[in-house]
Amino acid sequence: MSSVSSDEVVEAGERPGALEGGVPWRRLDVRMLVVHPIREVVQRLPLLAGVLIAGTSTGRTGLWGLVGAVVTVGLGLLRWFTTTYRVAGGRVQVRRGLLRRQVVSAPLDRVRTVDVSAPALYRVLGLVRLTVGTGQSDRRSNTGLRLDGLTAAEAERLRTELLRRPERAAAPSVVTEEVLALAAPSWIRYAPFTLSGFLTVFVIAGFAWRIASEARIDPRRLGQATAGYAQLGAPPWLEALAAALLLLAVVACASTIGYVLAFYRFRLVRGPDGSLQVGRGLVSTRSTTIEGRRLRGVEISEPLLLRAVQGARCIAIATGLRVGRGAERGGTLLLPPAPMEEARRVAGSILGTAEPVAGRLAPHGAAAHRRRYTRLLLAWIPISTVLLVLVWRMSLPPWPWEGSLALLPLGLALAHDRYRSLGHALVGRTLVTSRGSLVRRRCMLACDGIIGWNLDQSFFQRRAGLATLVATTAAGRQQYAVQDVPLDEAVRIADRAVPGLLSPFLVAGEPEPEAVAS
Amino acid sequence: MTDVPGGSGQVEEVDRPVTEALRIRPPRHLVSPMAVRYWTARALVGWLVVVAIQLALLVPAHAGLTGWRAALLAATAVAAAAHLAIMPRWRYRVHRWEATSQAVYTQAGWFSQQRRIAPISRIQTVDTERGPLEQLFGLSNVTVTTASAAGPLKIHGLERDRAQALVDDLTRSVEASRGDAT
Repeated sequence: MSSVSSDEVVEAGERPGALEGGVPWRRLDVRMLVVHPIREVVQRLPLLAGVLIAGTSTGRTGLWGLVGAVVTVGLGLLRWFTTTYRVAGGRVQVRRGLLRRQVVSAPLDRVRTVDVSAPALYRVLGLVRLTVGTGQSDRRSNTGLRLDGLTAAEAERLRTELLRRPERAAAPSVVTEEVLALAAPSWIRYAPFTLSGFLTVFVIAGFAWRIASEARIDPRRLGQATAGYAQLGAPPWLEALAAALLLLAVVACASTIGYVLAFYRFRLVRGPDGSLQVGRGLVSTRSTTIEGRRLRGVEISEPLLLRAVQGARCIAIATGLRVGRGAERGGTLLLPPAPMEEARRVAGSILGTAEPVAGRLAPHGAAAHRRRYTRLLLAWIPISTVLLVLVWRMSLPPWPWEGSLALLPLGLALAHDRYRSLGHALVGRTLVTSRGSLVRRRCMLACDGIIGWNLDQSFFQRRAGLATLVATTAAGRQQYAVQDVPLDEAVRIADRAVPGLLSPFLVAGEPEPEAVAS
Repeated sequence: MTDVPGGSGQVEEVDRPVTEALRIRPPRHLVSPMAVRYWTARALVGWLVVVAIQLALLVPAHAGLTGWRAALLAATAVAAAAHLAIMPRWRYRVHRWEATSQAVYTQAGWFSQQRRIAPISRIQTVDTERGPLEQLFGLSNVTVTTASAAGPLKIHGLERDRAQALVDDLTRSVEASRGDAT
C-alpha cells in the first residue's frame, strides 16, 4: 500500500497537462528579472563592501565570489523563463526546470493554506510571493508550490481561485468579513519581553563580522585601540554587569524593532467562508489564509517573560500547518504578543465559545506534583555531586558548586510552577490541555482532529499510577500531551473524547498487575 | 504569574467519574518467541561495540590493564550481562498487539512502555520491513502510520507470515473505509 500523497511531481517528457488543453500557462511577473540581480547584490554586500574598502587586491576568494554572483543571477533569470503555472482541471500546476522539466501539481481540494508575503524589495516593485500549503508537502523541504513573483492583483485572484469550493460558489458575493483582532499601538509594550531580538543581534553581529573579515580588519587592533579604556580601573564584576545591561538593552531595542517590523498593522479577519486571514508587516508584508475546515483548534502560549507582564500569543492548530516549519514558518501565528485578555478573547471567538479558554482545568493531583520535584532533584543531585567531588579532589574553584546550590531554589520554584501549569479538561467536543513553565501552553484541540492516542508510562510513572496521554493529530504540533495524569483519568478522557475507539479494549475491575521482569 | 492555569471567568466544574473506573487491558496477541533471541542479539551487538571501543582506546595506552580501566571494563560487563538477561524477557512480556476492524492497538517498550491506538479510518500507510538481523531470526516488523507525524504504530518481532497476513488484513480494512484521514 502506498502513501496518500497530496501533491505529486511529474517528470514531464511529453507536454504536461495536454488533457486540460485550453487553459494557458502563465508566467511570473516580468519584474522578477530585476529582482534577481538586486537580491544577489544585497546578499553579496559584505563581499562587495570588503572589495571596495580593501581595494581590488583581496585575491581569489573575492573574485570567485563575484563570479558566483553572476552565475546565480543568470540562474535566477533562467528560472523566470522556465517557470509557468496554471489552475486547470481542478488542480494547481507549477512547471519548472530547464534540463529536468518537472510539473508539481496538487488537487485544489488539498489546498489548505495560501500564504502571500512581500519582502521589502518585492513591495517596492509591487510584487508578492505566493506559497500554497498542502497537507504533507510541508514535511518535505522542497518549495514545490511556491510562485515567487506575482503582481498583488494576480495573487489575490489566485488566492480566491485556490480556496474557492464548489459548495461555496453560490454564496453571496457580498463580503461580510468579521474582524477578530486589530493590533493596538499599546501592545508594543510586550515587545521587549519576547527576546526575539537575540536572534537579530546575532545576525547583525554575523553580518558585521563578515564585513570585517572581507575587509581584513583585524579585531585585535581594535582591541589595542580600546585598551586605554580598560585601564580606567573599573573592577571586573562591574564591567561584566555593565556589559550584561548593555546587551539586554540592545536586545530589548532589537526585539521592539522586530516586533514593529513583523506585526505592524496586524489584522486577524474571519472571511465569510469561515477562513482565517492574517495580515501584518511594516516593510515586508505578509498575508496568510487558513481555510476554516482545516482549523482544529487554538493554542495560547505564554513564555515566562511574557507571562510576567501578563501577555500571551495565539497560535493556530490547523492541518497542513506544522508549527514553525519551513515555508510556513510563522504562518501559524494568530495573535502576536498581546494582553492576556485579548488572547483569551481572540481564542474564544475563533473557537466559537469561550468555555474551553476560560473554564477551569482539572489538576493532576499529588503524585504529579511530587513527580515535578523528583524529576528536578534527579537532574540536580548528580550534577551537584559531581561538581562537589571536582572541588574536593581536583581542587576546582568552588564557584560552580556554589552556583548549583544557588540554582536549587530557582529550580524548586520552577518545579512548583510546572505543577501549577498542569491541567486538562474536556469541554464539549474540545480537549483542553495545559503544561509548561518556561513556555506555558494551553492547547484547545477539537476532538474530531484527534486521529489516535499514545499512552506513555515510564517505570516511575507506572509506580506513581500516572500516565502521559498524547492525542495525535495531523494539525499543528502533531501531538498534544496531557502530562502525568492519573491512569484512570487518562483512559476516561481518551474514551470520552473519541467515543467508541477504546471501548473494545476497556474492562471494568481492579488494576492489572504490574508487568515486571521475572 | 499568580493566576491559576485556568484563569478567571466562567467556572466549568470538571465532573469526576461517578461510575466505576474502566481500565484499559493490554492487547491480545504476543509477538513471536523468537523475538527474545532477536532482541538479545541486537543488544549484544551494541554491547560488543562498546567493549571493543574500550579495549581499543584503553589497552594500548600503557601496557596492561591498570586499576580503573579494568574496573570500567568489569562494570561494562556487569551492566551488559544484566541488560541482556532482563531486557529481552521483559520486552517479550510487554510487546503485544491487536487489530480489530475498527482500530489497531499496540503496546511496546520495557522500562518505559507505550500503548498506541489508531482508528482504521485514520490509517495512511501499512508497511512491513525486515532488517538483516530480523531476517536471521525469520522475523518482520509492521509499521502503521497515520497523518500525524507523532503517531506511527510499530509492531516488532512478528513471524514473517503473520506480519504479511496482518498487512493484508489492515490494507483491506483501510480500503473499506477511505477518507481524507486527517
